[in-house]
Amino acid sequence: MMKGAGPAVCLGNDIDTDLIIAGRYLRTKDRSVWAEHVFEDLDPALAARLPGSVIVAGRNMGCGSSREQAVIALREAGVVGVVAESFARIFFRNAINVGLPVIEATVPCIDGARVAFDLEEGWVEVDGKRCPARPLSERMLAILRAGGLAACWRASR
Amino acid sequence: MSTLSERILGAPAGAYVDRDVDIAFAHDGTGVLTLEALREMGVERLPRPERLRLIFDHIIPANTGTTATLQAELRAFARVSGIPLSDAGCGICHQVMSEGLVQPGMIVVGADSHTCTQGAFGAFATGVGATDMAAIWASGGTWFRVPETIAVNLSGNLSGAAEPKDVALTYVARLGMEGATYRALEFVGEGVRGISMDGRLTLCNMAVETGAKAGIFYADDLTLSYLADYGVKASPQVPEECRYEQTLDIDLDDIVPLVAVPHRVDTVREAEEIAGTRLDQVFVGTCTNGRYEDLERFARIVRGKKVAIRTLVFPASRAVLSRAIKTGILADIVDAGCVVGPPGCGPCLGAHAGVLGEGEVCLSTANRNFKNRMGVGGEIYLSSVATAAASALTGEIAVPEAA
Repeated sequence: MMKGAGPAVCLGNDIDTDLIIAGRYLRTKDRSVWAEHVFEDLDPALAARLPGSVIVAGRNMGCGSSREQAVIALREAGVVGVVAESFARIFFRNAINVGLPVIEATVPCIDGARVAFDLEEGWVEVDGKRCPARPLSERMLAILRAGGLAACWRASR
Repeated sequence: MSTLSERILGAPAGAYVDRDVDIAFAHDGTGVLTLEALREMGVERLPRPERLRLIFDHIIPANTGTTATLQAELRAFARVSGIPLSDAGCGICHQVMSEGLVQPGMIVVGADSHTCTQGAFGAFATGVGATDMAAIWASGGTWFRVPETIAVNLSGNLSGAAEPKDVALTYVARLGMEGATYRALEFVGEGVRGISMDGRLTLCNMAVETGAKAGIFYADDLTLSYLADYGVKASPQVPEECRYEQTLDIDLDDIVPLVAVPHRVDTVREAEEIAGTRLDQVFVGTCTNGRYEDLERFARIVRGKKVAIRTLVFPASRAVLSRAIKTGILADIVDAGCVVGPPGCGPCLGAHAGVLGEGEVCLSTANRNFKNRMGVGGEIYLSSVATAAASALTGEIAVPEAA
């Protein structure tokens, strides 16, 4: 959870949560539906590339709706982590709460490049070139270490 | 020497704080995952259910068997846990909250990004996700990072056909979709006095479209008299000298009718520039512009005329709808040929009741025009109610006349 690596899937700026998972797919509890339709309105071919990948986005990743289905869809689709220059704040909190690593860093975006990250040490690498990541607060790290907020809650009781 | 957000959260910008919340609500969309998270956490009893609320607004009445079943489960949960439920027909969560529930100085969290709407009352109000909401319901509080603040300094007065929505589109265009990420917007200056409570709710509502965590007004005499109508007694909040990260000056006298064009809310043109753009649908409503004042403005323009295209009007709450019936403006709207829907979100998020077909174009009074949001292949323009009304009468984007 705190470390990960995979080929980069590059996205642009201002990827909104409607684009990650459209409103028409929200009314279900079946998480496989969200994974199946993730990014459908952005690029229907994208979902097939997600298992084991690291998303590398630009600024304002995950803007818009608070729908947690967006981060769940990415996690269920097998995304290892999301690197972005900046995140929309609800998306950022949601990702940590469901145990999806989010890394704020400015890195070159090369489709297919090998991206690796270590949240404890606070870095991300693209094709071996290391860049610093904005540090997460101790509380956010603790939630991620536990695998998400629900698991963290259970462990603390 | 604090901003209003710093004062309410009790710490300087940049600090992380743990705070109890005064109100925590979810809707039929986010409530389902909140309930799932509570189960995953193993939480069986909620400590203070009276501070919590479930409000059905996103897909009401239910459109499919699956939706109906999910809503039935939430309804049963509300009954067992003691959470007050505003069932289908009560209205949009943000409107229900603004009808006497939120008070100055409160900390309000909602499992919906537009929770920032409640800053209109001088409350610190922000949106969270479903799992955060579950933890808040279970514990009564959460952590916040106290935001830096951008001042939106309003001067002058709105004139002509301009309305608060045009001011919202102005600040969104100037700050951009990420210009206020992690920040709070504080609306200050002598210009705020002339903006009604419905208008302040519209202005705070769109703060999140700039990435902001909160949009906030200081409670003043107008706030107090609005709340007094709901039997709520409150005290005014007096601004003090404080440090803003940035100040955005807006002269209300300069504001003209504006339209955000597909597919970005921060890409804004004067309505006049794009007048004549063909439309298939006009949609009036949502947590941005479905309030009584909005319906009244719309009715005044369409009264005695006929709309040229499919025009959907969704009042923001039962109270709004009821008042519109009693004052007769709803009859004007219906007689003009509009479709009136139940109090709720309507087709805003593209889930039901007025979604767009491939290639269709909608002028909406909502807050988001993301690609495909209201239906695959549909295009969304965003405007004020007056612009929407003038456009509904002609079937193309039109510039409204001065009120």
